[in-house]
Amino acid sequence: MTSKTNNINKELTVKSTTNNLAIIREFVENIARESGFSKEIVSKISLAVDEACTNVIKHAYKFSPDREIKILTQFNDSKLTIRITDSGDKFDPNLIPEPNLKEYHKQKKVGGLGMFLMKKLMDEVQYHTLSGNQNQVVLVKYLA
Amino acid sequence: MADFNVNVRGVGSVSVIDVKGYLDAHTAPQLENAFNQLIDGSKYKVVVNFNDLSYISSAGLGVFMAYVETMRENKGDIKFSNMQDGVYNIFDLLGFPMLYEFYKNENEAIEKFKESISK
Repeated sequence: MTSKTNNINKELTVKSTTNNLAIIREFVENIARESGFSKEIVSKISLAVDEACTNVIKHAYKFSPDREIKILTQFNDSKLTIRITDSGDKFDPNLIPEPNLKEYHKQKKVGGLGMFLMKKLMDEVQYHTLSGNQNQVVLVKYLA
Repeated sequence: MADFNVNVRGVGSVSVIDVKGYLDAHTAPQLENAFNQLIDGSKYKVVVNFNDLSYISSAGLGVFMAYVETMRENKGDIKFSNMQDGVYNIFDLLGFPMLYEFYKNENEAIEKFKESISK
């Protein structure tokens, strides 16, 4: 695990295991709190990042434990941007339909809930493919 | 890393699962084990007491979705009690109140099972 601090940018790199989710949440919560978000919004941001990283561990890395997840945060102009980067399997968010919740429960279809939550909890969610076969999820929250 | 604890108690014919701490993709298998043990013991009436749960992610919510049907098919259910507002909000966002019963306290939830037996 490495951690670097700039004026407004912070970075955390962890191995792709679920037992690092707690470390990731703590890292993000500290940043969100320092950025001035309320306790309630801090919790929302933390959960959204947990969901994004859980998806990386499960789907991009298929539970392979020694890959890396990089989390970059930037806060300026009342805007907190969190970039989560992996080098696992490519993922097309357009293939995951917006769930009809009632149908979802009926089908016991658990996958896709994380993506749905991220959209509900954050102001913006974007998916990018970067050079070098890297995938990036970008989460944005504005300080109201 | 994440601090999570699950404990199962019997209250008459009802099983109460106490969950404590942080329920995420890392700790959800512990809760799955608790449900598997209940099913092995043919115990289908379940109240989950959330009094000491501080955090839940979709991995935790998925556990209830995976087991509720089995409980209901066997004349049981999974009912929720003592949930903190922050945790309830996540259940609410994912539409759980349409399909699950939420109670302020554990006894109310246990009583509901008794009512359905006497019917």
